[in-house]
Amino acid sequence: MHKLPEVYDYLRWRKRFPTVWCSGCGIGSITGAIIRVVRSLGFDKDNVTLISGIGCSSRIPIYVDFNTLHTTHGRALPFATGVKLVNPEMNVIVVSGDGDALAIGGNHFIHAARRNIGVTLILVNNSIYGMTGGQVAPTTPIDAIAHTAPYGNIDPPFDAVQLALSSGATFVARSTVYHIIQTENYLKKAFQHKGFALVEIISQCPVLFGRLNKMPDPVDMIMSQKENAVNLVKAKKMTEEELKGKIITGIFREDNSKVEYTESYAHLIQRVQNQNEF
Amino acid sequence: MSTKSVKNSKIMNNNKNGILPDKIDRFEVRIAGAGGQGIISMGMLLAKAISLGDKKNASQSQSYGPEARGGATLADVIISDKTIYFPECITPDILIALTPGAYEYYAASVKPNGIIIADSNAVETVVGSVMTVEVPILKTCLDKFLNPIVANMVTLGFLTEFTGIVSKKSIKSAVEDRFEKSKFLESNLKALKAGFELGKKFKSEGLTQIEPGICLNL
Amino acid sequence: MPLPRTTADGHPIMFVQGNEACVQGAIAAGCRFFAGYPITPSSEIAEGMSRELPKIGGTFIQMEDEIASIAAIIGGSAAGAKSMTATSGPGFSLMQENIGYAYIVEIPIVIINVQRGGPSTGLPTKLSQSDTMQARWGTHGDYTAIAIAPSSIQEVYDMTIDAFNLAEKYSTPVILLMDELIGHMREKLILKHDCELELRERCLPEVPTEWYVPYKSQTNLVSHPAPFGMGYRYSVTGLIHDTTGFPTQISAEIKSNLESIRNKIITHRQDIWKWQEYYTEDMKYLIIAYGSAARAARDAIETMRAKRIKVGLIELKTIWPFPDNPIKKLAYHTKAVFVAENNMGQLIHPVREVLPERIDIIGVQRYDGRPLEPMEIIRAVKEEIYA
Repeated sequence: MHKLPEVYDYLRWRKRFPTVWCSGCGIGSITGAIIRVVRSLGFDKDNVTLISGIGCSSRIPIYVDFNTLHTTHGRALPFATGVKLVNPEMNVIVVSGDGDALAIGGNHFIHAARRNIGVTLILVNNSIYGMTGGQVAPTTPIDAIAHTAPYGNIDPPFDAVQLALSSGATFVARSTVYHIIQTENYLKKAFQHKGFALVEIISQCPVLFGRLNKMPDPVDMIMSQKENAVNLVKAKKMTEEELKGKIITGIFREDNSKVEYTESYAHLIQRVQNQNEF
Repeated sequence: MSTKSVKNSKIMNNNKNGILPDKIDRFEVRIAGAGGQGIISMGMLLAKAISLGDKKNASQSQSYGPEARGGATLADVIISDKTIYFPECITPDILIALTPGAYEYYAASVKPNGIIIADSNAVETVVGSVMTVEVPILKTCLDKFLNPIVANMVTLGFLTEFTGIVSKKSIKSAVEDRFEKSKFLESNLKALKAGFELGKKFKSEGLTQIEPGICLNL
Repeated sequence: MPLPRTTADGHPIMFVQGNEACVQGAIAAGCRFFAGYPITPSSEIAEGMSRELPKIGGTFIQMEDEIASIAAIIGGSAAGAKSMTATSGPGFSLMQENIGYAYIVEIPIVIINVQRGGPSTGLPTKLSQSDTMQARWGTHGDYTAIAIAPSSIQEVYDMTIDAFNLAEKYSTPVILLMDELIGHMREKLILKHDCELELRERCLPEVPTEWYVPYKSQTNLVSHPAPFGMGYRYSVTGLIHDTTGFPTQISAEIKSNLESIRNKIITHRQDIWKWQEYYTEDMKYLIIAYGSAARAARDAIETMRAKRIKVGLIELKTIWPFPDNPIKKLAYHTKAVFVAENNMGQLIHPVREVLPERIDIIGVQRYDGRPLEPMEIIRAVKEEIYA
């Protein structure tokens, strides 16, 4: 008999397929990874809230059987902050695209990291605005073509990992869709981490980014992730010239010494209430 | 210049309600000065003392600029036996002016039989013919407390004693409430008391005859 | 001896600003989550909430901007807490997109707007009522808003509680429109005992989880999406959705989604409407006003009544949905209607829409950051009478 895949139980019982994602897109693999990690950690579905903004990757919550909030463009993190503060026991996960988290939501990104609130941000980076039809993103490489950069992009791209590190995030990692096992390992660590966690996943958009930049075959794009990925340890020994165009993967920070935000608010409540008693 | 008698002869009698009429339709007090002088907290304490302590209706509203210190600031207190609707002064019965700007700007709006209480430094050229009391508020603060910050308390004390629009008991309680558990309570109460004394001194001079414009200037 | 802290019958008594009364009302109403960003003249509300919430185990957070603040309280409410934010014009503008989100996902929240002069940075420390229309039409798309407006400090307290009750009852954002004068002026406030408060709590589903349809109203046309963590997992999205919460492109479902967020309020407008009449029995002239303008109108009416001018007031407590029927009824026998407001004429538009042409509608407007004075209203009425 045909066996249903393990992720099946974690999709909404009123299944709505096909999804909005194009064939060859990396978001399907990421959705599967999220579900497998949640399952392996034994989280109660009721105790998981998946929050997203607007964009291709932000459609993940529509299909999965958790508490879900598909919110406005760029604002997933403040929504998540509200959920986490009201229910600190909740496992709050945010999925956000590169435009969502770094352009329109850039301010929320650095402030969520600064507060060290216990939310995991999965940043799906496909270097382009997919949902709106291939416009330039804050992560689009220099000289790449996009529909709003027809002569080549001149805006230097953001490095989300460096941004998170300098903003005070306590768990920061980067992986790719090709390295899906590694991605799952990082997600596992991130979901169990107490403070703000960022996992950037380099993904592929063959239909827009690929087609505009002479890489229309999804397999080629995934293979380029394999070829360009350099582990952090190895990267440290490489020169800047050698690292050009490479994707540095690995865990950049895992710091458990900082207090998580809802915990420090709980301490504040205790302090205030004790003061009032005397 | 002829002299005329003070219309507010109640100041000199120890009337229970001070200069307030027996039936208060609407009595307006405007406190004007600069940001940082404690204008709004003065208004608040006055209105609070009248409302909660003296059991009359009182409201306090304010107008201020963007500056936390130094800008023109205004606190309006309305006293009435009835429900107070419009919470700002239209024609004040009492104007307290702590800066020259405040005096110059608002003196003309005071009711003809009203009173202006001005800091002695505030009146440069006389405006109108309303009874004006020049009180050395800032001087008292500097002489007695070496600190102009308590000017609002001295003013409040003076206002209480001189006009009687609020009971001394209530205003004291309001100040005590405001500085509950604060290390500034004592200094503020002292300043309030200095204001009371200043008020007494002005009353006891037997100033039943005053000239229009400025006269009461000890 | 300290000033009295309670009334003769034991109710806590205070002498506070409107903004402080709002804090007291929110706490009494059961608000346990506040996210905000400082802005004059509403900052005292955030300050008060930051002081009071931890005492009762609630949560306060100062977010990075107003967009984040409203997003956080929608998240907080989705997680089950009664949630509120407070702001003024520029912040209210920034919040608009997410207010629209709350309309479409039908999550109850309370937004306090202490109005100041605008547009743009405008007059931070001065009053205005120029967000009257923005409260109705601020966010894009079709929806129906609830906005209520207090005119005294006691009412700020009472109506903050009302705002939470309306939000929970109709699962929708509710806007409390104050203005700088009401927010900053001080008056006596008498607090209610807990047992005297009529509070509406979140309406929770009673069906088994597998039968649960979040956007299908069980009763009264109002659907109440369940808070997270109760076992009812469903899709919450700002896209037009079907009754399960799944995005839809089907014409009938699109219509039904839009109509449900309109009809749940329009159908119950009689229940939402609140207004106060003042000297309306024999009036020949009617003044319509709300908030601080209504305070001036009452003084103006007192003065005019003493001179036997038959003028009355309808003071709107509900601004949106607009109380058209009560106004129609009251204005029917009047010669002229005056709409007094602290702006360049906003409330006058819906009034014009509901009244027949034979009634003169005159705007009494002030927009220099100062409150409308009783004399200005008296002058307008007299001009009409002796014209």
